[in-house]
Amino acid sequence: MDLNELLEIAEKERQRAASVRIRCCTAAGCASSGAEEIKDRLEQSIKDAGLDNTVEVCSVGCMKFCGRGPLVEIDIPGVLYQQVSGDQVEAIVDALKQNKAAESGATPLDREHPFFTLQQPIVLENSGKINPERIEEYIAVGGYQNLYHVIHDMSPDEVVDEVTRSGLRGRGGGGYPTGLKWATVAKMPEGQKYVICNADEGDPGAFMDRSVLESDPHRIIEGMAIAAYAIGANHGYIYVRAEYPLAIKRLETAIKQAKRLGLMGSQIFDSPFDFKIDIRVGAGAFVCGEETALMQSIEGGRGNPRPRPPYPAQSGLWHSPTLINNVETFANIPAIVREGADWFASIGTEKSKGTKVFALTGKIRNTGLIEVPMGIALREIVEKMGGGVPRGEVKAVQTGGPSGGCIPAHLFDTPVEYDSLIQLGTMMGSGGMIVMDTETSMVDVAQFYMEFCRGESCGKCIPCRAGTVQMYQMLTKILRGEATLIDLEQLERVCGMVKATSLCGLGQTAPNPVLSTLRYFREEYLELLKDSPKAQGVASR
Amino acid sequence: MSVKTLTIDGVPIAIEEGTTVLEAARQNGVHIPTLCHLEGISDVGACRLCLVEINGSPKLQPACVTEVAEGMNIRTNTETLQDYRRTIVELLFAEGNHVCAVCVANGHCELQDLAIEVGMDHSRLPYRFPEREIDVSHDRFGIDHNRCVLCTRCVRVCDEIEGAHVWDVAYRGAALKVVTGLNQPWGAVDACTSCGKCVDACPTGAIFRKGSTVAEMERDRDRLEFIVNARKDHQWTR
Ligand SMILES: Cc1cc2nc3c(=O)[nH]c(=O)nc-3n(C[C@H](O)[C@H](O)[C@H](O)COP(=O)(O)O)c2cc1C
Ligand code: SF4
Ligand code: SF4
Ligand code: SF4
Ligand code: FES
Ligand code: FES
Repeated sequence: MDLNELLEIAEKERQRAASVRIRCCTAAGCASSGAEEIKDRLEQSIKDAGLDNTVEVCSVGCMKFCGRGPLVEIDIPGVLYQQVSGDQVEAIVDALKQNKAAESGATPLDREHPFFTLQQPIVLENSGKINPERIEEYIAVGGYQNLYHVIHDMSPDEVVDEVTRSGLRGRGGGGYPTGLKWATVAKMPEGQKYVICNADEGDPGAFMDRSVLESDPHRIIEGMAIAAYAIGANHGYIYVRAEYPLAIKRLETAIKQAKRLGLMGSQIFDSPFDFKIDIRVGAGAFVCGEETALMQSIEGGRGNPRPRPPYPAQSGLWHSPTLINNVETFANIPAIVREGADWFASIGTEKSKGTKVFALTGKIRNTGLIEVPMGIALREIVEKMGGGVPRGEVKAVQTGGPSGGCIPAHLFDTPVEYDSLIQLGTMMGSGGMIVMDTETSMVDVAQFYMEFCRGESCGKCIPCRAGTVQMYQMLTKILRGEATLIDLEQLERVCGMVKATSLCGLGQTAPNPVLSTLRYFREEYLELLKDSPKAQGVASR
Repeated sequence: MSVKTLTIDGVPIAIEEGTTVLEAARQNGVHIPTLCHLEGISDVGACRLCLVEINGSPKLQPACVTEVAEGMNIRTNTETLQDYRRTIVELLFAEGNHVCAVCVANGHCELQDLAIEVGMDHSRLPYRFPEREIDVSHDRFGIDHNRCVLCTRCVRVCDEIEGAHVWDVAYRGAALKVVTGLNQPWGAVDACTSCGKCVDACPTGAIFRKGSTVAEMERDRDRLEFIVNARKDHQWTR
């Protein structure tokens, strides 16, 4: 495979594509509301109408408005239909014939809604547009050309430098500078090195990484290959949880296709660069997202974290230097190579560059996937894009999942970036964003996350294993109205201790949802205490 | 061989490169409490009792797996550390069922020693009274999970010194448990050579010799170290 052959595939694909396309989202969100059936019926209907020469029904990845699936988009007249049901299929095909929006049944979505207009797709630029199961479509939108460019026109150091200058930070939660991580692994002595894509995504309420994998798997492969070239690795692993069967299937298909075209394997693009990727399916334990546990799991052991240092960059998989990045981190790479570091660095804020994908869920009108520039105010997301809550008022937004915390409504003007969120006592996390309304009890929320951590603790270290159980019990006691101020003090003490002494990130951050709700909604805790004036008032009434 | 200079609790010391903070402290007469550490087997940094403060590091570091570095300023016994250690011991007592009065290890138990050391006379955290099993299917030994603190010393000693790998860990979180074989009764595991090394390694009365009566447990901790040294340096007498 050389560049000409690649461009030929792209050209052929562009010519092949029918003039009119009907795109059906078949990613997990829409699939769960019957998207496959809609797609089949559309195909049949098009055939019956004798349109199959000019109209093509394509299966595509997530179109972002997951809460309104199944979604169907028609190029002409440019309509995106929501909640399409089987009996609306005829009407849609009719509308297509007459070149106008359907009137009977299917409701078009307003593409001018801030939900769409405030988005800035980089990671999701192909999502919902191309068929994730056809490599030709990825190549037609410029795919694998960045890899070619990197291999032939850049030295590994130049690639690392480009990523460093882009200011990209890890999207897996911590926000560690990606370029610095790449540089560290690149500087390790030559020899066996590995690249790992962390696609474990265990946070409750999060589905960003899954969407990227399902919608644009070749993007991850290209990103990983570029990383491998930059650091001198020849072997990569994608660690993905078994709960994501569609993502696994599409990744497998993508890897097969890339191999077939010689974009994976030995001497890629007729260069000395060799690279292959294997998929490792995890059983779905939250702790296996922690990098040292993940590597243990890939090696076939029990997914237990180990103390760091040594960091994976020094001693990772089978003691070799290993680069481990999140799905979204890798997904940014092809765009950075294509458009350049300066372009990427011009998006976002001073210390948080680029965009961030969030899974917007909870008590909100518009649930779905959003990709927004860093620095956007939380208010824009919740009120404008999300359309607020259906009933009552917005009370808080939870970010960072079990490691994060809640941001109260009065702080919604805060820009969304790594450091500002940390200052508020939460974190960017991997991108779960759960909206809560005034009916939500924050103590309940804290208990929910503690229940999660209690169940997900690997059990290796005492503070996390036994501390989370104790904290959960104290929260339950508070919720039952059986606790006193002493229990609350005890809770805070144990929170601090578990945070400071746990072995891995799970335990070190498990107290965060409690601490954050205590910080902003302390009165809710106090009201539940047995000896609080308020509770006594209730008792005597 | 290179030498590092550092201070432990304000006392300057010089020590060989590659030494752990724990060894450095012990060699210089500074005591740091430990539970999952056992001389002769690998360290896992799991119990967190040996955490120390190191200048320049925002996080506490486990002394058993942290190597000394030039210029380190280590504090091993600050008030914060004392408080954390006491809470860890409380968590352990609250987690299992430790009825010392009827335990073979009474008076010879590292958990008891720790409780005394950290000044724990009662647990501020409620006891959980979990339902746990006892397995006496082995001819000579038994395990009482009520007294297990999940230090995995038995797992490591059996794997690394005896080479039998009879023990392993199963489940997670509150359900975490050491198991024998493929979660079989110990007596049914053919791989066990009945060497008794796990009995010697266990810090509490969890793994015991059958027929021992209350407070009778004696362990030969030096045996493990002896075996390791014997293999390494070919010294077969002690
Ligand atoms: C308990 C725990 C769970 C984690 N889960 C994930 C995960 O699902 N996906 C992920 O990318 N990173 C996860 N992380 C963070 C990873 O350990 C690691 O920092 C990250 O994959 C590095 O990639 P990045 O630099 O691209 O963010 C988790 C960390 C902890 C402590
Ligand atoms: S903090 Fe929790 S998850 Fe991490 S090692 Fe300790 S017990 Fe396991
Ligand atoms: S007696 Fe020896 S072989 Fe048997 S479990 Fe204990 S250490 Fe392993
Ligand atoms: S049985 Fe003993 S040695 Fe094994 S984990 Fe439990 S306390 Fe530790
Ligand atoms: S899954 Fe169909 S729009 Fe997101
Ligand atoms: S002795 Fe160091 S963590 Fe247990």
